Amino acid sequence: MAVDTEADLRRQELRGLDRLDSTRTRRPLVRRLWDATWPKVAALALALAGWQALAATGWKAEAGFGGPGPVLRELWAALTDEYAGNGLPTVWDAIRVTMTRGVVGFLLATVVGLLLGVAVSQSKILRAAIGSLITGLQTMPSIAWFPLALLLFGIDESAIVFVILIGSVPSIANGVISGVDYVPPLLVRAGRNLGAGRVGLYRHVIVPAALPSIVSGLKQGWAFSWRSLLAGELLVAIANRPSLGQFLQASRETSDTNYMIALMIIVLAIGIVVDVVFNAFDNRLRRRRGVAPQP
Amino acid sequence: MTTTTPTAGAATGTTGGPAVALRDVSKRYAGERGVLALDGISLDAAPGEFVCLVGASGCGKSTLLNLVSGLDRPTSGTVTVQGDPAFMFQEHALFPWLSALDNVAMPLRLDGVGRRERTLRAREHLAAVHLEEFADRRPHELSGGMRQRVALARTLATKAPVLLMDEPFGALDAMTRDLLHDELESIWRERRLTVLFVTHNVREAVRLGDRVVLLTSRPGRVAAQYPVEIARPRRIEDPDVAALAGEITAELRQEVARHGR
Repeated sequence: MAVDTEADLRRQELRGLDRLDSTRTRRPLVRRLWDATWPKVAALALALAGWQALAATGWKAEAGFGGPGPVLRELWAALTDEYAGNGLPTVWDAIRVTMTRGVVGFLLATVVGLLLGVAVSQSKILRAAIGSLITGLQTMPSIAWFPLALLLFGIDESAIVFVILIGSVPSIANGVISGVDYVPPLLVRAGRNLGAGRVGLYRHVIVPAALPSIVSGLKQGWAFSWRSLLAGELLVAIANRPSLGQFLQASRETSDTNYMIALMIIVLAIGIVVDVVFNAFDNRLRRRRGVAPQP
Repeated sequence: MTTTTPTAGAATGTTGGPAVALRDVSKRYAGERGVLALDGISLDAAPGEFVCLVGASGCGKSTLLNLVSGLDRPTSGTVTVQGDPAFMFQEHALFPWLSALDNVAMPLRLDGVGRRERTLRAREHLAAVHLEEFADRRPHELSGGMRQRVALARTLATKAPVLLMDEPFGALDAMTRDLLHDELESIWRERRLTVLFVTHNVREAVRLGDRVVLLTSRPGRVAAQYPVEIARPRRIEDPDVAALAGEITAELRQEVARHGR
């Protein structure tokens, strides 16, 4: 570009500064996947090695505690339905029942938690009335609710769902409340000045600004749901409803330690998979806002 | 913003006369011994005029802009503005979850303009600040100067005839600031905007303004007004700019020293 005038020179300077100033780097996908994967694989290998070493010392061998080998064989057998065929429910039936309860309970908790969060963040009176109660409920172990739930609902699905709700609604509501509380006032001002009314302000400023906090509330809500659910399943055995909790309980009764640990691995794995999904969403949100390190 | 009260309030009109008119405006903040931020300010800005407000801390510059924008109401006196003014802050105040283009399109979106139309118009406004090639970047991927230009493009998209700027270039390095002065000046001329520009930087005020208004501190009053008759385009390093800035600075220093006695 030829430099004719002062104005052209200025424009070139400006463009030069812009290009020097703005950076956009993201490593290639394969590299990112590798960087995210190898530490996990290494950690897993270390954990297995440690477990094997512990089992080799003969620690708690009398209680049936074995190394990763027999447990993983047991896990494989369970997942491939090797024990099916004699009319008994399989581990997949149990996973299905438990997951259904978890998902239904969590979705219900999401609806209730979001509504409650919006209501409390909007109303000074509600906040004064139940703001600290919500946080208080969050600290209460959900298993403490089970005796009451059993009295109220009997040995029934609704007792389990009730406890899931009690356990996870506060986290979800708190996510909304703190998200709304921490919306930068400057953005609200800017939104108003750009012509946003009450609804527009919510839709285009407050909700998107609060979204990361809402998502982390949901993530925590899921964790509480899952915990409450497994605790509940240990206590509440419903006929013809095989669940992971019931399977765990049964393996204790039969002193089948390897099978029990295999079941625990399944419970952990489900928790991790759901967490990975939430994290992927959360990271994307944060990356778009420039508050997450580039993975 | 259409309320008019005889003693206090803000009014909107589109007839002739000044684009912004403050008549004997005072602002006292709440409380029995509330701070008197502004004391009897009378100030006009003609349509298309670039007015710079300078003063030390506590001169109520931000209060004044808030009153003109309608975010706040005067304790007494009247504020009249033609149309809804657009506000540009010291921090860019861009929405971090939106691209530059979507940020610029936000006022149009809030106004109910359809997606195609608003994208088209937002692109034009981005082009006005020479950022069309960065349309899909998010604020965190842009430099401070670029963010302020996106913010400027966003205020332009409101089509507001009056632009209120609260030290918009205060946090930028000198070179970027010089370039943004040129940008702002050319946009102001092309679009015949009325600008109220608050700054701590007296040279910047002289570089940009048709008129520089010096305010006193605690309470804020108009101490003096300086018409800037230096031909445009100006450079901040022009001797004429430096001379007038020196004169205003001397006055400002006296005003600051008064508070040290």
